[in-house]
Amino acid sequence: MFARGAAVALYQPQWGQVRNMATLKDITRRLKSIKNIQKITKSMKMVSAAKYARAERELKPARVYGTGALALYEKAEIKAPEDKKKYLLIGVSSDRGLCGAIHTSIAKTMKNEITNLSNAGKEVMVVGVGDKIRGLLQRTHSNYFLLTFKEVGRRPPNFGDASVIASELLNSGYEFDEGSVIYNRFRSVISYKTDEKPIFSLETVAGSESLSIYDDIDADVLRNYQEFTLANILYYSLKESTTSEQSARMTAMDNASKNASEMIDKLTLTFNRTRQAVITKELIEIISGAAAL
Amino acid sequence: MFSARRLLGLGPRGLPLLRPRARAYAEPAAAGPAQMAFTFASPTQVFYNGANVKQVDVPTLTGSFGILASHVPTLQVLKPGVVTVYAEDGTATKYFVSSGSVTVHADSTVQVLAEEAVTMDMLDLATAKSNLEKAVSEMAAASDEAAKAEAQIKVEANEALVKALE
Repeated sequence: MFARGAAVALYQPQWGQVRNMATLKDITRRLKSIKNIQKITKSMKMVSAAKYARAERELKPARVYGTGALALYEKAEIKAPEDKKKYLLIGVSSDRGLCGAIHTSIAKTMKNEITNLSNAGKEVMVVGVGDKIRGLLQRTHSNYFLLTFKEVGRRPPNFGDASVIASELLNSGYEFDEGSVIYNRFRSVISYKTDEKPIFSLETVAGSESLSIYDDIDADVLRNYQEFTLANILYYSLKESTTSEQSARMTAMDNASKNASEMIDKLTLTFNRTRQAVITKELIEIISGAAAL
Repeated sequence: MFSARRLLGLGPRGLPLLRPRARAYAEPAAAGPAQMAFTFASPTQVFYNGANVKQVDVPTLTGSFGILASHVPTLQVLKPGVVTVYAEDGTATKYFVSSGSVTVHADSTVQVLAEEAVTMDMLDLATAKSNLEKAVSEMAAASDEAAKAEAQIKVEANEALVKALE
C-alpha cells in the first residue's frame, strides 16, 4: 500500500494539473532550459537553411546529370530476366538525425522490399549509406547487410564520394543481377518523396535484347560504361537525398522552435500566477499573524 | 532459262531487285528525328540540356568520332581530350573532358556525361607541361602495378591537355 502510493507520487506530471503546486524555483528552472533549447533549435534551423540553399543550387545540374545517366535504362527498357536471383538494395540517407521522417521512411521502404523479395525467392543484400540506416535495420535485418558507409551528411556530397561507394560495391564480391537505389527525392521545401531507381549488372545489360541496336560495343567499353553509370546514379541519389534532408531538418527545427515558444508562453503565465499566489499567501500569513496578536 | 520475273528485274517476292543479293546496298536505317537533342553535363555544371546542335566531336577509347543527328545508336566511354560542339549556326565551342560516357539513342538524343569538363580558357599550357613532366618522372619511379597504372593515367591525361592547348 505504502510502497504503491510512493511509486504513484514519482510518476505524477510536473506541471498541468498537479496535486503539489510546483514551486517558483521549479518553474524558473524549466523556463530557462526551454529558452535555451529554443535558441539551439533556432540556430539549427538557420544552419539548415543555409545548407539547404547550397544543396538545392547544386541539385540542378545533378538532376540533368542523373536523368542523362538513367536515360539508357529507360530508353532501352532493360529488365532483368525473372529467374535472376540476386538483388541489391542501396538505401541512401545520412548519419545525423533531427530531420523528421527522412531515415524512417527509407528504412520502412527497405523493410517492405526485403520482405517482398524474400517471399519471391530472391537473395537480397543491403547496403546502407549513412549510419542511421544501419541503426534502424540492425536489430531485425542485420544478416542482410553487405556494406555500410559512415561520415555521410557532414559535408555536401561530391562525385568522388559516389565513385568511392561504386568501387566498394563492385569490389565487394557480391555478384548482383539487379538492384535498386532507395532515396528521398526532393520535391519542394516542405515535401519530399521516397523513390526508387533501378540499377543493373553488366551481365543483365549485356544480355538484354534491346542492347543490340547500339552499335559497336565491346565488353570492355560496356563494363567501363556500366561502372560509370553506377557512380552517376549514386551521385544523383546522394544529391537528392541531401537536399531533402536539409529541407526536412529546417522544417523540423522550425516546428520545434514554435513548440518551444508555445511552452514558454504557457509557463510564463503559470509563473506569474504562481508568483502572485505566493505573494498573496505571504500577505495573508502576515495579516492573520498580525490579527492574532 | 531465266524466268520472266528475273528479266523484269523482280525478285522472288515480286519486289524489284536493285542488284544481285550479294552486292546490294544496305537498307537505309530507320531514320531518327532530324534534330539532335544534345545533353552535355558534368556533375557540377550543365553545358547543354536537350539542345539542338549540328554536330559533336567526342574523343573515345576507341577513337574520336563526330555525331550528327540520326547517328546510329551507340555507347562509348570518353578518354581525356577535347569535345567540340558545332552549333546550328556553325560556331564551334571546345571543352576539355577528363573521362565519362557518351550515349546515342535511336531517337537522336545524345548524352555526353563527363566526370570533369571545363572550357578551354580555364586551362594553362605552362602548368599542363610541368604536370606532364612530373607525371612522366612519377611513372619512371613507380614501383608496383597500381602506382604505375595511376602514373600512366596521369601521363595520358596531361599529354591530351598539352595537345589540346597547343
